[in-house]
Amino acid sequence: MPTQSKSDKSEPTKSEPAIWLRKDLLDTADLNLADFNLIFETTDAMIEVRERPIARTTTLRGTTLATLFYENSTRTRASFEIAGKALGADVVNLSASQSSVGKGESLIDTVRTLEAIGADILVLRHPLSGASTLASKYTNASVINAGDGMHAHPTQALLDLFTIKQHLGELSGRKIVIVGDILHSRVARSNIWALLTLGAQITLCGPATLLPKYFTQHKSDLQNVTVTTNLKTALSNADVVMTLRLQKERQRNSIIPSLSEYIRNYQINNDTIALAKSTAIVMHPGPVNAGFEISQEVAEGKQSVISAQVTNGVAIRMALLYLFATRTTDFPA
Amino acid sequence: MNNILIRGGRIFDPGNQLDLYGDLLMVNGFVSEISQHIEAKNAQIIPAEGCIVTAGFIDLHCHLREPGFEQKGTIASETKAALESGFTTICSMPNTDPTPDNASALQGLKEKILSDSHIRVLPVAATTQGRAGLILSEISELVAAGCVAFSDDGNPIESGLIMRRALETAGSLGIPIAEHSDDPSLSNNGVMNEGYISERLGLIGQPSAAETSAVARNIEICALTKAPLHLMHLTSARSLELVADAKAAGLPITCEVTPSHLYLTEDAVGGDNLVNEPAYDTAAKINPPLRSEADRQALLAGVNAGIIDAIATDHAPHASEEKLQEFSKAPFGISCLETALATITTLTNRGELDFEAALKALTAGPAAAFRLQEGLGKLTPNLSKDVTIFDANEQWIVDAHQFTSMGKNSPLHGYELTGRVKKVIYDGILSWSRESTT
Amino acid sequence: MSITVIQEANEIERTIRRLAHEVIENNQGTSELILIGILTRGATLAERIATEIGNFENVQIPTGALDIVLHRDDLKMSGPAPKLQKSTIPKSLDGMTVVLVDDVLYTGRTCRAALDALMNYGRPASVRLAVYIDRGHRELPIRPDFIGRNIPTAPNQSILVELNEIDGVDRVSVIEEEL
Repeated sequence: MPTQSKSDKSEPTKSEPAIWLRKDLLDTADLNLADFNLIFETTDAMIEVRERPIARTTTLRGTTLATLFYENSTRTRASFEIAGKALGADVVNLSASQSSVGKGESLIDTVRTLEAIGADILVLRHPLSGASTLASKYTNASVINAGDGMHAHPTQALLDLFTIKQHLGELSGRKIVIVGDILHSRVARSNIWALLTLGAQITLCGPATLLPKYFTQHKSDLQNVTVTTNLKTALSNADVVMTLRLQKERQRNSIIPSLSEYIRNYQINNDTIALAKSTAIVMHPGPVNAGFEISQEVAEGKQSVISAQVTNGVAIRMALLYLFATRTTDFPA
Repeated sequence: MNNILIRGGRIFDPGNQLDLYGDLLMVNGFVSEISQHIEAKNAQIIPAEGCIVTAGFIDLHCHLREPGFEQKGTIASETKAALESGFTTICSMPNTDPTPDNASALQGLKEKILSDSHIRVLPVAATTQGRAGLILSEISELVAAGCVAFSDDGNPIESGLIMRRALETAGSLGIPIAEHSDDPSLSNNGVMNEGYISERLGLIGQPSAAETSAVARNIEICALTKAPLHLMHLTSARSLELVADAKAAGLPITCEVTPSHLYLTEDAVGGDNLVNEPAYDTAAKINPPLRSEADRQALLAGVNAGIIDAIATDHAPHASEEKLQEFSKAPFGISCLETALATITTLTNRGELDFEAALKALTAGPAAAFRLQEGLGKLTPNLSKDVTIFDANEQWIVDAHQFTSMGKNSPLHGYELTGRVKKVIYDGILSWSRESTT
Repeated sequence: MSITVIQEANEIERTIRRLAHEVIENNQGTSELILIGILTRGATLAERIATEIGNFENVQIPTGALDIVLHRDDLKMSGPAPKLQKSTIPKSLDGMTVVLVDDVLYTGRTCRAALDALMNYGRPASVRLAVYIDRGHRELPIRPDFIGRNIPTAPNQSILVELNEIDGVDRVSVIEEEL
């Protein structure tokens, strides 16, 4: 029996508490079901904190959160900053242009410098795939991947799944449709791994040049993934329609014939959303290109949960910061 | 004493179809006699029990980095690594600075080789000026200055017309063009093989078709010109099919494969289990990339069937900081000399590679592909002066930090391999011996 | 390790009834009163006290449940952080008389954390503390207003309060470790 510590609430309850042991969050592919449940339960508590008249605590007092963004992003960075401050952490924001990175300092040197000046948690966004993985190997600080190249954006996927659960309950067996440039999307990738772990059925839809070619041929895990260029078949019976941002630069190297052709075939608007279930929710990681991948009406319509995604984003990030800041491998004897 | 008696080894010389347990005597620096038992007075005795005794290895594809990139490697450091790895003849690649695309640059290189090198280095000159693929180098001048082949390695020759002219010109002098076959528009700046793993890791991949379409084109131009063409570092099954057909049709085509591509697949970049460790390993970033298991099996079969003439290392040392970057930014290349033999013998011990075919691909095969002087790659009495002695069964763990090469960039760091070079006789002199304590 | 049961179900029922009466007497009625229990067992006790009050005053006193983990001062000290639960505070606390309810009062740090958490929800007119067991050994200047039972304990002892809704039985025990 564990010796009684001075903390009053350390008696074990009937179920063993789930424990966060991971040093970093690089991708949802690294998480198992217990991790997801722990994150979602913690997020639930944080949602309530955000609804309080005074929506902050001092839990992370003494913890330093550093955001290191090599790519511009107002919303993700602001979301992490608000999350950190809501828990009383010290937040330091660095962008590539202002730091010595502009002078050619390597990623590893920058990360080590941040650790030396006291960063406990590092939130990294970078234009090259694998950057967060590299950084995590060379620092003892916890690295949260805020998006690396085309590879992963785990906090986005977590808030997406949390939002789906909020509106539709259990994810297992649900039909989730992701529409757009899947091939180049880190949001799509992280969502796919998470949805597979949680037992959802996934349909990926977009122009042939923007769809993955090898995913579904590979492992039996991926038998729950369907790939199609046909929006009608994709949307039929969908519970969730996730639209990805269309990068207009894609048109330049003929990767899509034209924007208008993309809109004609893949835009989520009042006509196309009617093909899904009437209870279906519409999601977008933001920022929305209204009139392109999604119409203004649907983006602001009653099926849209886009603003819930943003609110949940702060709570998810608070939950992660809490789990990382209180992570310990010391167990009472 | 300039006589050497190598005693009690398995003397294996595929080039002369010789396989015999016994002794090898060298007199005045040359291989003199090979038989079951030789008595020799006044000879330095080298015991070789339990070892294989063969011709000094030949590497057709090696990056010495000097001149111009001495932070990655030098002629001195890399040829020392080659010697310790059993290689007594290597061909240096022309992606140096200055580019050996004219006689005086080649002359300067040869002088440096003479003063610094530990082994025989046969320079490969650049096919086109600056390796830009637009204007041919001074082909005959360079042949006269002593180059052994031409290559723009690192770059493919994009223009079919330039490739034709190069083959015609060099071919008329009996010198092969060694080509890095690639369609850059298809490889599209890819950093690894295009497939499931590149999609999962979010990396732009090079599809096999980028190599195979260029191989097909190059073979057609070879057929047009009937000039000798050497296809470097082939990586995909389809390329081998094309080469096999071309050889069957009697075309003067030779080809090589690297030990890395025989041993590893794209999995070395990022394990195939949806978990990140050990993903984005820049030590496994190589051009052309490591491909699928099916491709690797085809390459092994190609060596075994004799379709592949040479196993060439494509040894590419880099300074450690250069490889310690984001995957897309890190330079391509594997420091390969010091694991070359061991990967091959590990594969032969597993039964994936045929021992004779593999050994031939390290010796007589490359000598024939580049039409090297008689005696190289074989143990021919009165002609050959290089002997490599190795233990095909010694197990060891790769420690890249201990490499003699300046390049520690090996994806095999920490691997347990079987097979180790024990002694090397270069130019008739025992030039290197592994201490028994290492 | 030895376990001594000091209260069974019917004794617990009587203690709760007394606590309910004390709370109403002290407040001089039921107006502006809210019972907020500290998760987990404090919240259950708050419910029981409110039910009891409902029985004799015929008024439904609002209750809430407070998770104090985020306000603890020892999160990085003793092993992995406990799981967060969701607080449910049904209304603003401005001007209310809050009665904080907990099962065992020991060092007083839980109560301090609870006071901290309460401040997120408004500005109560006053905060009272109701504890089922006071076992002594205060480390902070915290004083309960309503006490179920005073049970002085030694450091190698602890109090276990079990409640039917959570543990399947109503029972209070003293647990003693080997020295």
